[in-house]
Amino acid sequence: MSILLEAKQVSKFFGGVKAVNQVDMQIEKGEIFGIIGPNGAGKTTFFNVISGLYTPTSGDIWFKGEKITGLIPEQVAKMGMARTFQNIRLFVNMSVADNIKIGFHTRTKTNFADAFVHSRRYKDDEKFATQKSLELLEEVGLSEYSQYQAGKLAYGTQRKVEIVRALALNPEILLLDEPAAGMNPAETESLMCFVKELNQSGYTVAVIEHDMKFIMNLCDRIMVLDHGTKIAEGLPEEIKDDQNVIEAYFGSKAVI
Amino acid sequence: MKKTKEATLANGQSRTDKIIGFITAHKIWFIILAIAAAILLPVIVTSSYYRAIFIKTLIYALLASSLNAINGYSGQFNIGHAGFYCIGAYTYAIIATRWGVNFFVMLPVAGIAAGLAGYIISLPTLRLKGMYLAMVTMGAGEVIRLIAISWRSVTKGNNGISAIPAPSIFGYKLSSLLNYYYIILVLLIIMLFLTYRVINSRIGRAWMSIREDQNASAFLGVEIKRYKSNNFVYGAFWAGIAGCFAAAFFQYIQPELFNFTRSTEILSMVILGGQGTLVGPLLGAFTVSFLTEVLRFSDQFRLIIYAILIILMMWFRPQGLVGAKHSVLAKRLEIKKHKTPAEKKVTR
Repeated sequence: MSILLEAKQVSKFFGGVKAVNQVDMQIEKGEIFGIIGPNGAGKTTFFNVISGLYTPTSGDIWFKGEKITGLIPEQVAKMGMARTFQNIRLFVNMSVADNIKIGFHTRTKTNFADAFVHSRRYKDDEKFATQKSLELLEEVGLSEYSQYQAGKLAYGTQRKVEIVRALALNPEILLLDEPAAGMNPAETESLMCFVKELNQSGYTVAVIEHDMKFIMNLCDRIMVLDHGTKIAEGLPEEIKDDQNVIEAYFGSKAVI
Repeated sequence: MKKTKEATLANGQSRTDKIIGFITAHKIWFIILAIAAAILLPVIVTSSYYRAIFIKTLIYALLASSLNAINGYSGQFNIGHAGFYCIGAYTYAIIATRWGVNFFVMLPVAGIAAGLAGYIISLPTLRLKGMYLAMVTMGAGEVIRLIAISWRSVTKGNNGISAIPAPSIFGYKLSSLLNYYYIILVLLIIMLFLTYRVINSRIGRAWMSIREDQNASAFLGVEIKRYKSNNFVYGAFWAGIAGCFAAAFFQYIQPELFNFTRSTEILSMVILGGQGTLVGPLLGAFTVSFLTEVLRFSDQFRLIIYAILIILMMWFRPQGLVGAKHSVLAKRLEIKKHKTPAEKKVTR
């Protein structure tokens, strides 16, 4: 197995707050990698650093063997990293189909002249984006919603649409930020199957989640953050029994 | 506002919904009808007073549509649109009076000049959003006007430029009102046609994604800076074209024609008609121009009436005349009847 995404001693400080402190991480191609930690542990900040929203205070990020430290989100996205957000960020006033078509932005090339005269390239691009987005929606069983306004869908469905939109980039890695947040158990269950299927069809997945059942059943390996530092990493079973993790979540035993 | 829309959707279609649905289903016929009516209008109405008003209305329609391309589609809040209009007008006026370059050659040149100004203004403003961007565009619009006042050797300052030549083709002068009317009509139709094509392409979707959520769109690989900038250039380009035509039509221009009031007038048309739709700004331009004529007797009070109209519009129908899916009355009544739990939370 080869390493797809690597963080080397990555730190992100906001003034005196060490949101992420010297975190090392290696994600291998084809795995589902979980990141857990109590509230405020720096998980989302870590994602934001990796995906280019923030530049790290120190440390480097490597993706597909290239250093991507300091690249802006659109460049990182172009290289094949797609992400979703903790609070769903669909384009709520646009149709589901259009949402997904924007995901094809990097894979199409129409310019003004093409759009004006409806050139060959425009027609090819439109056909490509329309067909592919329908295919993607069909794969996840959402094709009936393609003309719905995205903001009007049920919460769980919106989550899925957001993931599908990210898939339109044809990414090599998918970063999911708390995908199960606010979902009921049935929706969580269906989402879990969905992510598993994605993984089986070849996507590498990194996921932040609070739902322990979700993360323990889904992930191949798990990293635990607390107060910005990595306190454990390993297989789900190892993490369950790790003393540091238990302390981070429940506090240490009182010594009498 | 978003929540209230959801609430009414659950309660079925409103009457406006049905009307809009009917129009979109028969879109092509309505377009043909509208174009036919526009072609016949000056033939039926022969009074030159009214014909001149129609021409001015169409200039406004072009300006409002070009502003809408910016404010309505990429969500950048430009309130200094008269600046680009000014550049287009002066570009034609200066070059045509000095060197007699043909109007139809100058049209794209004036557009490019305004587009270039748009590009320059867009560079430092790419990091700004909302009110801050609005303030910069307002400032830029005023700066352009001040340049027109102060650069006397070229622009003749406050005296303005007179005797601007009319359009001509193969030595034949197109200076009748009817000629002007059809030139601006064709320009407007071309603009709407091209804009329709752009917004239904990858570029338009990129603009709209920036309007909806800039960060999310960056993570999908949309080059935010490039698209914000080319959107500004596109809008400014058409304002420049409108300026070029206006200079040829009025035959006399001076800086006061392009003051901040002009910008707000264009903005009010876009807001009244409905941002982010192609028909909206046209409707807005027609409404405001009509009101201007009807309220001509009230002079300065006219502006107060505009202001009240905009406030009422924002209050009852933030989406503008068109572009809304639900009628005002239906929406307000429905909300009172059934408040969804989500909505109660919001209002609390």
